[in-house]
Amino acid sequence: MAHFTKATSVHDWLNQRLGIDTVRRVMATEYWIPKNINFLWAMGMVLAITFALLLVSGIFLLMYYQPNVNTAFDSVNYTIMREVDFGWLWRHVHGVAASVVFLVIYIHMFTGIYYGSYKKGRELIWISGMLLFVTFSAEAFSGYMLPWGQMSYWAGMVITNLFSLGGLHADGLVEWIRGDYVPAQAFLNRFFMLHVLLLPLAIMGVIGLHFGALRIPHVNNQDGEELDFEAEAAKYKAGDKKHSKVIAFANDFMSKDMFVVGIFLIFFFYLVFFHYDFAMDPVNFDPADGLKTPEHIYPEWYFLWSYEILRPFSTNVGLMAFGFAQVIFFLLPFLDRSPNAVPASRRGLFFIWFWAMLIDMIVLTSMGKVPPIEPYGSIGFYAALTFIGLWIALPIITMLEKKA
Amino acid sequence: MKELFILAVVTVFTLVTYYLVEPFAHSVMHKHVESEHFAYADLPALTKTGDAARGKDLVMGAGACSDCHSISVAGMPARMDAVTSAQSYGVNPPDLSNVGVVYDAKFLAALIKNPAHALKVEHKYTPESGKEHPMAFFAGAGGDIDQEIADMVAYLQSIAVKQDKLTPKMAFETACGRCHAMKYENWTQIGEKPAFKMKKDELAFDIQVIDYQDALTKYMGKLPPDLSMYIRSRGEHYISTFVENPQHLLEGTAMPRVGVTAASADKVIEHLADAGDTKRFEREEVGKKVMIFIVIFALFSYLWKRSIWKDLH
Ligand code: HEC
Ligand code: HEC
Ligand code: HEM
Repeated sequence: MAHFTKATSVHDWLNQRLGIDTVRRVMATEYWIPKNINFLWAMGMVLAITFALLLVSGIFLLMYYQPNVNTAFDSVNYTIMREVDFGWLWRHVHGVAASVVFLVIYIHMFTGIYYGSYKKGRELIWISGMLLFVTFSAEAFSGYMLPWGQMSYWAGMVITNLFSLGGLHADGLVEWIRGDYVPAQAFLNRFFMLHVLLLPLAIMGVIGLHFGALRIPHVNNQDGEELDFEAEAAKYKAGDKKHSKVIAFANDFMSKDMFVVGIFLIFFFYLVFFHYDFAMDPVNFDPADGLKTPEHIYPEWYFLWSYEILRPFSTNVGLMAFGFAQVIFFLLPFLDRSPNAVPASRRGLFFIWFWAMLIDMIVLTSMGKVPPIEPYGSIGFYAALTFIGLWIALPIITMLEKKA
Repeated sequence: MKELFILAVVTVFTLVTYYLVEPFAHSVMHKHVESEHFAYADLPALTKTGDAARGKDLVMGAGACSDCHSISVAGMPARMDAVTSAQSYGVNPPDLSNVGVVYDAKFLAALIKNPAHALKVEHKYTPESGKEHPMAFFAGAGGDIDQEIADMVAYLQSIAVKQDKLTPKMAFETACGRCHAMKYENWTQIGEKPAFKMKKDELAFDIQVIDYQDALTKYMGKLPPDLSMYIRSRGEHYISTFVENPQHLLEGTAMPRVGVTAASADKVIEHLADAGDTKRFEREEVGKKVMIFIVIFALFSYLWKRSIWKDLH
């Protein structure tokens, strides 16, 4: 057993039992971050803050929401929006944050791709990040079911139908997922459980893993320079902060993160109060009606690119393409055969690959929303082929890449 | 500076994506209808100046309006209760007290002369259908029919409240309330739902509503939707252009052109906003304060960053 002495202060008392000084050193004051980074490295913190906003606003909504097909719509649109003091504020914060979090996730992902931050020991950061992307997607989808509006119902219908797996006609699987032949009470209840319990737990666990995976490889930097963290840290600790290439997580990195978070929050609250329609689809303000199919059914904007990879093909091919799109980003660290972990601008063909992928995904996103009439049907079709082609080309062009 | 350049790139891609999934996609999915400013250009202008006193006699007498409509300000009660009315006409004819201010004068004149035409529901009442619009058209009282109609319109205008006294709720009840319920404002097609002490009385009321809705569904072909959240699901522009001429947006729809004035349409929309976007003023107010707070937060975080980073550069 450890040796305990009479505590001289609360701090000392805690320190003997929890080792808070050590924790603080390892997690904050001597957690070294490269100095040569830009604001894109603050996106992780922006995501953490947005997740906190989602959690807090969600807890408030949960106090009044009723997971019942007869009362869900009114509990949100009447009770929360009209009766509860500031209920509207919590709902708008929650809805807008759920949408904006994906914008930031995409920026965060493409930052990682651009700077090659998924290689050389950072594979697990990437994979845990992708797990976060998947759990966030499930969280967003399950949350979208809860107001039980027209889009909840019909998007729920369309997406769960995918599990019939096309030509396999696995209708039993679809019914098992829904707990009924169509989305109904059992469906709403289980998505409610997923949304407020299981998925948030999973997300918190995976965030822990993501942060843990960051600690040993440290974050990358703007030039892909390999740093000798011990030597640079020694310089920093000796007081030569100016010439050291590293900074401490707290308060050096934190202070910059907080400034970026401040700018982000200006943008975020502007959307919450003055421009929220993009995040709260008007169609979902019509109560669910199983007898009336909406004219246009489309998922939220952040799912559109993968939806568009499904849509232009025949059922079976589309499902395979969709399945491909869902997993392929996980494999990025292994499909990129080049040893260079430097910015894309120094990687020749990969630089073109990066911008082509980004633009292709934006094209897919916009074609995923409009009805598949010409020319949009064809544009979507070719953009989907391009997406698949780019992934097939990736190992080849990265194998040809010279050592930077 | 490099960071600003990166920010510009991120912003441009974000805005392009936003443009494509919002304004662009909506322009592809939804037909855009321009407002005609409630001009009702297809209807003939009023050429005669009406006389309210003569109009009163016509409305109560030869015009037979009060056979079907109540006119509560003039002390004319309804002949039948709302449910029986709906069972006879398909819908309970609205009280005429405020129609003079809610409806456009030109429209009222056209309505009295030929209801199906003014209401743009002639597709339901073709000669082949053998059906006639439940509101009898006015064939004239023996004199100049245009003069007689102008007199009735003048009378209806004289008894209506002044424009500035017309509340959003009154406008809604007169123009839309006989067909559309509005649960969040406690409105049913047969009037406001009272607070009942006895469950039995409440059930009796609900049954009346259901009977009314059955008759209305038979008349319209479908039950008109509850409008509580329509301000969010359709938005102001859609509702306003839809009310102006439902056929532009939903061809063949059973909803009539109601013929409200531009000012009354605004009142109706305000009432819809009171129901479905109740906290809009609070949102503006709180929004401004939160923005000021956040800007100050950002300023302080900038100062904090500067003070820490001056040792690092
Ligand atoms: C035979 C019964 C009957 C008579 C007579 C009658 N109405 Fe009507 N009126 C109706 C019915 C029924 C409606 C509702 C029609 C509908 O909503 O489809 C109506 C609707 C109206 C409306 C509302 C129209 C709108 O745009 O929504 C006005 C205004 C009106 N009547 C005025 C009059 C006036 C003025 C007279 C006398 C000249 C008159 N009515 C005579 C049955 C009658
Ligand atoms: C005589 C009955 C009647 C009156 C009066 C009436 N409506 Fe309607 N309304 C209908 C019917 C029936 C529908 C369903 C139309 C359809 O789906 O084809 C409808 C549908 C609507 C819709 C939904 C359109 C859509 O896109 O689905 C709106 C909005 C609406 N009405 C607004 C109003 C407003 C505002 C008023 C009053 C100014 C009004 N209505 C008066 C019968 C009426
Ligand atoms: C949604 C919740 C997420 C949170 C809260 C989160 C948080 C963070 C944080 C705090 C960092 C360190 C600071 C930074 O570089 O930004 C980071 C780094 C990183 N994250 Fe995430 N992240 C999330 C999702 C993702 C996703 C979806 C991916 C991609 C698949 C991803 C990939 C990465 C990578 C590659 C790094 C390392 C960056 C570098 O080394 O420069 N993360 N994340």
